[in-house]
Amino acid sequence: MTRARTLFIWAAAVALNGCGGHQQSALDSVGPQAGKIESLWWFFLWLLTAIFLIVIFATLWALTRRHRGIEQEPLERIHLPSGETEHRLTRVVAGASILTVIILFALLIASVTTGKALSELGPKKQGITVEVTGNQWWWYVRYLNGDASRIVVTANEMHIPVGRPVMLRLNSNDVIHSFWTPNLHGKRDLIPGRVNTEWIEADHPGRWRGQCAEFCGMQHAHMAMWVIAEPEDQFERWMEAQRAPSKQPSSASELRGRDVFLNNACVFCHHIAGTPAAGQVAPDLTHVGSRLTLAAGTLPNTKGNLGGWIADPQNVKPGNHMAQIDLPPGDLEPLLDYLESLK
Amino acid sequence: MRKLAAAGIAVLALISWTLTSCQREKRELRAAPVRRAIYGDAARQSELQPGGPQTEPQVTNPDHANAWSISEGQRLFEWYNCVGCHSHGGGGIGPPLIKKHWIYGGQPANLFDTIVKGRPNGMPAWGGRIPEYQVWQIVAYVRSLAGEQPFAATPVRTDELEQKPTTIHNKVQGETR
Repeated sequence: MTRARTLFIWAAAVALNGCGGHQQSALDSVGPQAGKIESLWWFFLWLLTAIFLIVIFATLWALTRRHRGIEQEPLERIHLPSGETEHRLTRVVAGASILTVIILFALLIASVTTGKALSELGPKKQGITVEVTGNQWWWYVRYLNGDASRIVVTANEMHIPVGRPVMLRLNSNDVIHSFWTPNLHGKRDLIPGRVNTEWIEADHPGRWRGQCAEFCGMQHAHMAMWVIAEPEDQFERWMEAQRAPSKQPSSASELRGRDVFLNNACVFCHHIAGTPAAGQVAPDLTHVGSRLTLAAGTLPNTKGNLGGWIADPQNVKPGNHMAQIDLPPGDLEPLLDYLESLK
Repeated sequence: MRKLAAAGIAVLALISWTLTSCQREKRELRAAPVRRAIYGDAARQSELQPGGPQTEPQVTNPDHANAWSISEGQRLFEWYNCVGCHSHGGGGIGPPLIKKHWIYGGQPANLFDTIVKGRPNGMPAWGGRIPEYQVWQIVAYVRSLAGEQPFAATPVRTDELEQKPTTIHNKVQGETR
């Protein structure tokens, strides 16, 4: 008995773990879109749970009740139910069928209404547009702006203003990915050669984790992204900081680090605004020091993790496309100093 | 009884046949240290040799006929902007790569040197920056453009306009031979 109770408590604890205020949960919606999806989810859950229970109890009741309507007769080759039984069966089956059709229609209407409501957020309010492009295995994020000099590019992290709708233009450079930040919205595929759109909005400040939800190769599991909602003024400050070119090296070590960066394979793939590094196929590093994570949400952004990532990327994410370079012993430390200084 | 034995043998045969698919091509994700160095002394630049001819240094591409390496080479060919001059094999500013005739030699060692050291009149020297294992991957891919890799190992059709000798075989032969 005690053991059963302990087991039950553990099971309940594990199950409830998914429900609290969490950074990656569709049941903790923080915006109108996810809110609608969550309501739909609970509506389905309760209705279908009720139906499930009714069906199970009806089955148990039918199994255990005494046989009525048919008197116990000597066994015959064929058994014909009485006219009255036949009539009652017809009524019950017809009634259940009609009820089923009505319920299915109710679910269909609820689902279509939600889908329609999800697409109506944007046009009502002034919003911003962000381009998210999937790559194996990281996210390219670009804040569009009519003035080309005010476009902001970052990676694996998206800051959004609280209470303003954000239109995402989703595209992919290689294979099909899917953008999924359950606290904000459902999944939407990123398809090469096609732009998919969706609106998201956050009700209050916070950080939520998103991840790729369409199998995209070896490191699909390590393709995560953080969405950070901030109050308007804080968001604008962040945008201004991101627009600035990279910080100039301020110490001998950082200066040496920049030379290391510019004289190795780094420069072919990565971009650092204000230096000759202009690669476009890997995450923009202009403000890499200001980000939360490295390698698309795989590691917290610390100097040690960055060192491990540069020294042996295949250890952290086997199969990823970062070039392996053998830096001479004295070069890694300055390189880390320089990259971490790029706030 | 005999039927049962026959069925058993058939099942065993089927299992052993499916087991052959376990033989997978090896993907060397983490390049061995010796292949990460950056150098470029693979091919001889002159045919004149003082003191009589020496035997040619034998340089083989470690990535030859490896489908994964060739597809990595294809990706790098885009990433490092080889397409900027050579297009997708057909050539543009730079010479085409789908031919059998090469200005500076078409052996893997020659291609390695061309990439690492550069060539006069436009080919940049990539040595000192691209790790050696990536150079070999690019060499493997460039050789596949010229039809010098096993057909089964070459990447599938890309989204770009790409021509290979296998698709325009007669024309290539007519022009270069």
